[in-house]
Amino acid sequence: MGSTPGHPNGGGIGRRDLIKRSAALGLAALPAAGFLSACASGGGAGGSKVEKGEVTKTNPLGVNGTAALEVVIFDGGFGQQYAIDAERKYNAAFPGAPKVTHKATQKIQSELQPRFNGGTPPDLIDNSGAEQMDMGVLVGKKQLADLTPLLDAPSIDDPGRKVRDTLRPGIVEMGRFDGAPVRVLYYAYTVYGVWYSRTALDRLDARYPETWDEMLALCEKAKKQGVAGWTYAGKHPYYLPFSLYPFIAKIGGREVLESIDNLEPNAWKHPAVKAAFEAYDELQRKGYVLKGTPGLDHIQSQTAWTKGRALFIPNGSWVENEAAGTMPEDFDLAVAAPSGLDASDRMPFGTLWASGGEPFIVPAKARNVEGGMEQLRIMLGEESSRNFTRQVKSLTAFDGGTDGIELTPGLESGLAALEKAGENVVNPRLPDWYVKLQKEQIGVAGLGEMMAGRLTPAEAVGRIQGFADRAAQDPSVRKYRHR
Amino acid sequence: MQHGKYRFIAGFLAAPLALYALFVVWPFVQSIYYSFTDWTGLSPDFSLVGLDNYARLWDDDVFWASLRHSLLFALLLPVLTIGLALFFAFMINVGGRPRRGAAVSGVRGSSFYKIAYFFPQVLSIAIVALLFQFAYNPESGAINSGLRAVGLGGVQPLWLGDPDLALWCVMAVLVWSTVGFFVVLFSAGMASIPRDFYEAALLDGAGRITTFFRITLPLLRDTIQSGWVYMGILALGAESFAVVQIMTTGPGGPDYSTTVLVLYVYQSAFRDGAAAYATTIGVALLVVTLAFAAAVMRLGRRERLEY
Repeated sequence: MGSTPGHPNGGGIGRRDLIKRSAALGLAALPAAGFLSACASGGGAGGSKVEKGEVTKTNPLGVNGTAALEVVIFDGGFGQQYAIDAERKYNAAFPGAPKVTHKATQKIQSELQPRFNGGTPPDLIDNSGAEQMDMGVLVGKKQLADLTPLLDAPSIDDPGRKVRDTLRPGIVEMGRFDGAPVRVLYYAYTVYGVWYSRTALDRLDARYPETWDEMLALCEKAKKQGVAGWTYAGKHPYYLPFSLYPFIAKIGGREVLESIDNLEPNAWKHPAVKAAFEAYDELQRKGYVLKGTPGLDHIQSQTAWTKGRALFIPNGSWVENEAAGTMPEDFDLAVAAPSGLDASDRMPFGTLWASGGEPFIVPAKARNVEGGMEQLRIMLGEESSRNFTRQVKSLTAFDGGTDGIELTPGLESGLAALEKAGENVVNPRLPDWYVKLQKEQIGVAGLGEMMAGRLTPAEAVGRIQGFADRAAQDPSVRKYRHR
Repeated sequence: MQHGKYRFIAGFLAAPLALYALFVVWPFVQSIYYSFTDWTGLSPDFSLVGLDNYARLWDDDVFWASLRHSLLFALLLPVLTIGLALFFAFMINVGGRPRRGAAVSGVRGSSFYKIAYFFPQVLSIAIVALLFQFAYNPESGAINSGLRAVGLGGVQPLWLGDPDLALWCVMAVLVWSTVGFFVVLFSAGMASIPRDFYEAALLDGAGRITTFFRITLPLLRDTIQSGWVYMGILALGAESFAVVQIMTTGPGGPDYSTTVLVLYVYQSAFRDGAAAYATTIGVALLVVTLAFAAAVMRLGRRERLEY
């Protein structure tokens, strides 16, 4: 079409020629395209900060009263209503600010990772759920603001008390990753342990066993009636530590868990670890674990348990909400600290794992850092905290907030367990510091295999120690220590 | 005016080539570049680390397990799925006993089967994986309950909880969910083979097996080849990720028995905050995929039959 007869070489363009030329064109287009494409790790310049407001008695953080605030909430077991309620309070406190931009998602990482890369993260994030962003990496890359100003600000209820003095034990310590600064505020407070139905134990004319011999005897009794002693999330065996880790601490003292968290050489070779592993292995060997458990996921195992097919399940306080659908009216849910091994245990019965959940972070590059912290300060007030507990049946980091609301059986028993534990609350940090080690390696490849009867306790210990050693030597894994 | 002709053609080619370069070539170049860095994926700063990621890959047992499983998927899934689909399509279209009126026809009820086989295709793979997860529940799932019902209460495998079975359980789900598509694809292919060929073969006394191997298979060659490539991509890519991620222990377990390359890419990038390492695994996956496509193309090269 384009060629005209008048041209000297009127033969037109050869096919080969055309391909060559268009390829050259494509190559030329490439750098230009690169210029256009928002390079995944380009950006950087991004968000400028809003101007700081005036510090007053009612505005101790110096929030800019006219600046916008953006909050992203993980829309999981706790929903998002509690956050929306707290955001209304923010707007009431700062009428000059536009309505808080609220976003709820289950895909924290997919939605926020690009914004961290681009340097324009939101002001407050509930970094929770399956798509939680690795906080060790975020801290290592200096992406999180120091929340110390928030902790030192007066609480919203009582100007005479600092926020840090209103929190439950361990919350501030948990938020420390790289020395003094507090990078994360865990808003929910979770009680881990052995969960059971009081009704089911009554039926067996039993009470919760405080020693391992009693535990075995009770399991035997239940087995004769066709009920298994234990079940667990077989496809997520990293639920087992919820009762196993405090069990280890009870046998050998909390230092054992700390040296495990610190990835010290031979930390897992401690006799207390082996004793605890052997005790759990015995449950499996004697047939006290519900048949088929290694093939059940968390929901399936919880359902088998609420149906009365097994007595005990290692879990966290969210189970009351999560399993509510299948839990009979008269279930009478309760949580207990792990049964002890014998009289030589280093810590008393009642030693319990309790710690913060729902990690809230304020990005260092957020536009409105003060606003993000102020929103947290509001949420840590008694009224917001009570609202959360009422809505989702879970405690918050605020020490209190349970007066004047009707407590559900699980919540009440959790509070009682905390009271019984007193000082003896342990807080293993592996799940936050070394996610892969905790879930995939210790959980699935170690404990999961042992509880399925495919590894002996000694083999499991050796294998897990190997994983821990490899993590300790891996320069790409950032290390944290108890201090 | 020769010059004008070039410009005219280039005008047509520039836009698609630019788009292709922007959205296909450039991401490839980028991810290969990132595999030489220590980018975490959670912050814009990173530095070049040379071949560190590749050295780590070499010593990573989980990577080799993933590679093994992905290769197994890429080799076995197409054979199983396409073999089954060919058999079903043949039976539906030409495999029936000769009946009055039509020398060549499908088995009785073939139109029903055609729909039944295609049915899984309308379900999203995520739902299929969830459904099978219930079926594989060793405690109260359909399969073990079925076994108990027929008196096989002693045979109660853990299915997804057993490292020797888990990978096969996953593979069975993929075969189940994709075979219907190929039945329809091959049925369409068979419909375009002239009936006379079959009638002639039947007159010469050829049985069903002979007609299948001598007529159907050679004339469907092109269709099968593209099906093979498609199935291989599916086995290496998103589909295998979805089922492993949704169904298996961990996911990827038990004991790393079901982990595949795509899952490992995902876990490295989105769980471990090691985006650079993830792109390194991605480069390995790219090599495997290219090798697979090259092998299929080479094996399938042949003159086209016209009919």
